[in-house]
Amino acid sequence: MTESNARDLFPGALEMMILESLRRQPAHGYALVQHIQQRSNDLLQVEEGSLYPALQRLLKAKLVKAEWGVSSTNRRVRTYQITASGLSHLEQQISSFERMFEGIWLVVNPGKATTS
Amino acid sequence: MDWIPPIFRRRKIYNDLSEEIRLHIEERTEQLVREGMSPKQAAREARLAFGNRTLLEERSREVWQWPTLESIAADVRIALRQLRRSPGFTIAAVLTLALAIGANAVVFGLMDGMVLRPLNVPQAGSLYGTHYGDNPAWQSYPNYIDLRDRNRSFEDLAAFNMVLGVGFDTGKNPIAANGFAATGNYFDVLRIHPYLGRLFHASDEHGPNSAPYVVLTYQYWRTRFNGDPGVVGRSVQLDKHAFTIIGVAPPEFQGTIMFIAPDFFMPIVNEEQMGAPSLNTRATEHAVFEALGHLKPGVTLAQAVSDVGAVNGYLEKTYPKEIVHHGTALSREGLTSFGPAVRAFVAGLMVLSGLILLAACANLGSLFAARAADRSREVALRLALGSSRKRILRGLLTEALLISFAGGAAGLLVSFMLLRRMSTWQPIPGVPLHLPVAPGAMLYVVALGLALFSGFLFGIVPIRQILRANPYEVVKAGPSARTGRRLTIRDVLLVVQIAICAVLVTSSLVAVRGLVRSLHSKFGFDPRGTMTAGVDLAAAGYSDDKVPAMQRRIIEAIGTIPGVDAVGLVNGYPPLVYTAGNRADVYKEETSDLSPPNAAAMPFRYEVSPKYFEAAGTTLLAGRSFLWGDDKNAPSVAVVNREFADRMFGSVTGAVGRNYRLQDGTRVQVAGVVEDGKYMSLTEAQQPAMFLPFLQSPASAAYLVVRSKRDPQQLAAAIRSKVRELDAGLPVDTQTWTQMLEVVLFPARVATMALGVLGLMGAMLSITGIFGMAAYSVSNRLRELGIRMALGAPRKEVLHAALGRPFRLLAIGSAAGLTMGLLATRVLAFIVYQATPRDPLVLAGVVLAMALLGLLATWIPAQRALSVNPLILLRED
Repeated sequence: MTESNARDLFPGALEMMILESLRRQPAHGYALVQHIQQRSNDLLQVEEGSLYPALQRLLKAKLVKAEWGVSSTNRRVRTYQITASGLSHLEQQISSFERMFEGIWLVVNPGKATTS
Repeated sequence: MDWIPPIFRRRKIYNDLSEEIRLHIEERTEQLVREGMSPKQAAREARLAFGNRTLLEERSREVWQWPTLESIAADVRIALRQLRRSPGFTIAAVLTLALAIGANAVVFGLMDGMVLRPLNVPQAGSLYGTHYGDNPAWQSYPNYIDLRDRNRSFEDLAAFNMVLGVGFDTGKNPIAANGFAATGNYFDVLRIHPYLGRLFHASDEHGPNSAPYVVLTYQYWRTRFNGDPGVVGRSVQLDKHAFTIIGVAPPEFQGTIMFIAPDFFMPIVNEEQMGAPSLNTRATEHAVFEALGHLKPGVTLAQAVSDVGAVNGYLEKTYPKEIVHHGTALSREGLTSFGPAVRAFVAGLMVLSGLILLAACANLGSLFAARAADRSREVALRLALGSSRKRILRGLLTEALLISFAGGAAGLLVSFMLLRRMSTWQPIPGVPLHLPVAPGAMLYVVALGLALFSGFLFGIVPIRQILRANPYEVVKAGPSARTGRRLTIRDVLLVVQIAICAVLVTSSLVAVRGLVRSLHSKFGFDPRGTMTAGVDLAAAGYSDDKVPAMQRRIIEAIGTIPGVDAVGLVNGYPPLVYTAGNRADVYKEETSDLSPPNAAAMPFRYEVSPKYFEAAGTTLLAGRSFLWGDDKNAPSVAVVNREFADRMFGSVTGAVGRNYRLQDGTRVQVAGVVEDGKYMSLTEAQQPAMFLPFLQSPASAAYLVVRSKRDPQQLAAAIRSKVRELDAGLPVDTQTWTQMLEVVLFPARVATMALGVLGLMGAMLSITGIFGMAAYSVSNRLRELGIRMALGAPRKEVLHAALGRPFRLLAIGSAAGLTMGLLATRVLAFIVYQATPRDPLVLAGVVLAMALLGLLATWIPAQRALSVNPLILLRED
């Protein structure tokens, strides 16, 4: 049930992962999917196509930019790159995500005060 | 926020996206094949892993689409739901606006048709016609030829004249028809092409009576000839002269005079056959109604006017005795003789209908403000729950615009139907009246613009109220906490609205009074009990020398009809008929140089028979009237009116026996003086007039004036049979003088009708306005009123508390409106004869009307205030 997995991500999670991946290095759509699936140890089964609406949203918000080019394997690809505003947006998202996660963790695991 | 990316940019985005997804799936497939899958299976697997491609692509695209479109739809849905919840409010608002926008659209249609593009011909913008300062544009044919050949401003100059009441005989029956006698180049100058057959050209003219051709108008071709395409080439008789129909003019072309649609066109060189003076007569004003043409490119109006003025100056110098016009001007073609009045009328209508729209907006604005106040608790709650003010305002504005669009659509529909009716309207039988008001595309634009404008206008009224709302206070205190005593925007709006309505009521009352008075004013003759009979001897083939004797026989024959008190005859038209009138320069007896600048007066000139004054009911003040002996062999005599006598000789009694000179040098002795009258229009200032004996200057076209107490129908039949006894082939056109006056009174009638309708609309608007305000004020303070009643306040005081304020506002507004209305009616005096604002009856009428309106509008709210049951009310909250 890959589709329901994808939906279960909270809003903005996919965008955050894309931005984080692009921060490490620019990539095209296919590579991004591979990257996210590998990095999450295949725990997150992202439906490949759902990447594209997220990418369009990022493009529209000017958090990433895209360019057609030729990959190292000599394929025609559209490579995405994170922009300056994308970087600062990512920082914000991560810190707010961390706080939320911490809050959730505190509620779910009341015994252990501070974990990380 | 760039939520409107250009279309081409969006297309590229979509193409990139599709390509990218295709490449993605391709890469995955190749990967899978490398891992050992069969290509077919790999392709399937890759597609599965990608998910629903169409849906995902759709969703990716949505990112770029307008977020607004969808939210506008949502806004509209919500607004519709809100409006459906209060149908009374919605219907009242839509109707109010429909009235206001409809009125404005109709007025725009009138302006568009009559002022903006009075003539339906190509490039009407550069088309100008001659116009004389002292008179409508009559002149002689030789003058026109000189003007055509000597001016340097026009590409070419055409001219036309009206030929009315021509006996148009297709072989079976002569029927009176109205036509234009036009120069050969007329259609070419106007750039008109035939609908059928051909039109006549300059090359058809070879001197007097050389071009017996007729071009029918499309409408006449349809009605008289049933649209028969075989008419081209047919022979017909016009006033007993043989003519050939050569073609039909296009449907949209209806001649070159506003309001008058001819039946046919004929060459002006044949005009003599219709009883016009000889073409070569220079000392007439009656051969050419107007000369017109397109200005050459680059020639300004001012240059053209001075050029035409120079030609006129040359003519005056060369032919000092024959030229009667002083001062020449050019005017936009089509409106010539009606221009100023029509423009004033349309401008007045525009102002008034604009006021109606403003009043309607004020009305709706206060309704919306009241509604917003009523909904303040809902608004407060939404604000408290985190809704943005912008969002709430957008909702309110959407409601306003929805109402205004609905009102605009309804108004457009109404105006469309009205204009359609008007353009085919024939209010006066026998008169070729034509209102050129076809509703066009501009009408839609105007209605849309008005709807948008008014929607925003009344939609923004409650904005301040919402922006200032403090949700906490409102929720805590409830809506009844804000019954402040200070002046609110609603009060101001109500006063404005009432003032506007009072203006409308005032002006319509003034107009109605003016019309009533002009119907009973002194014309200088008594049209009641008077029958007129038009007889054109030239049309029946009489030669000039036989005309006077035949006319005398007719007069005497009609005099023998039992019950006829007096019979007279007047050449041309009687006074005040078809706004036609001759004027001529006159000189003091001692003046030797008879050139126009030395003229002592320019009176109207009538040639009448003995007994004319008795038949017309004109009172003789001094001296004698004409006798049969005043013929060609007797000395020249005249009867003049009081104004003429006063101006030329200083007094009425002193005038009798004195002499003056006509343009041709004839010395005329004043035989008698008659009372003053109206000659050309009801609104003219008092003009001098002279009456000459008809035997001394005979004319073939004349009207008999028959005074009798008999039933008009019987009398007309008796007159016709008497004339038939004398000559069976002589057509007689009988109408009562009162019927003939309809043409003169028509503008005043229309003006009064229009103002009456606008006044009625104003009254309706003020009723709804006051009603809304009073009802709101009562419902708002129901609790307070209940307490007062419970504590034993008398009914009078309760009423005072509830309705004192609306009534005070009504009084202020009415007073302001009355003042403005009285000032505005000065404009009315242009059209409506004797429209004077200094009329106690009008003043009283306005005050009474506004008071009545106030009572009417506050009746229901007052009843509601008095029927308050304090117990129920106090339990409610």
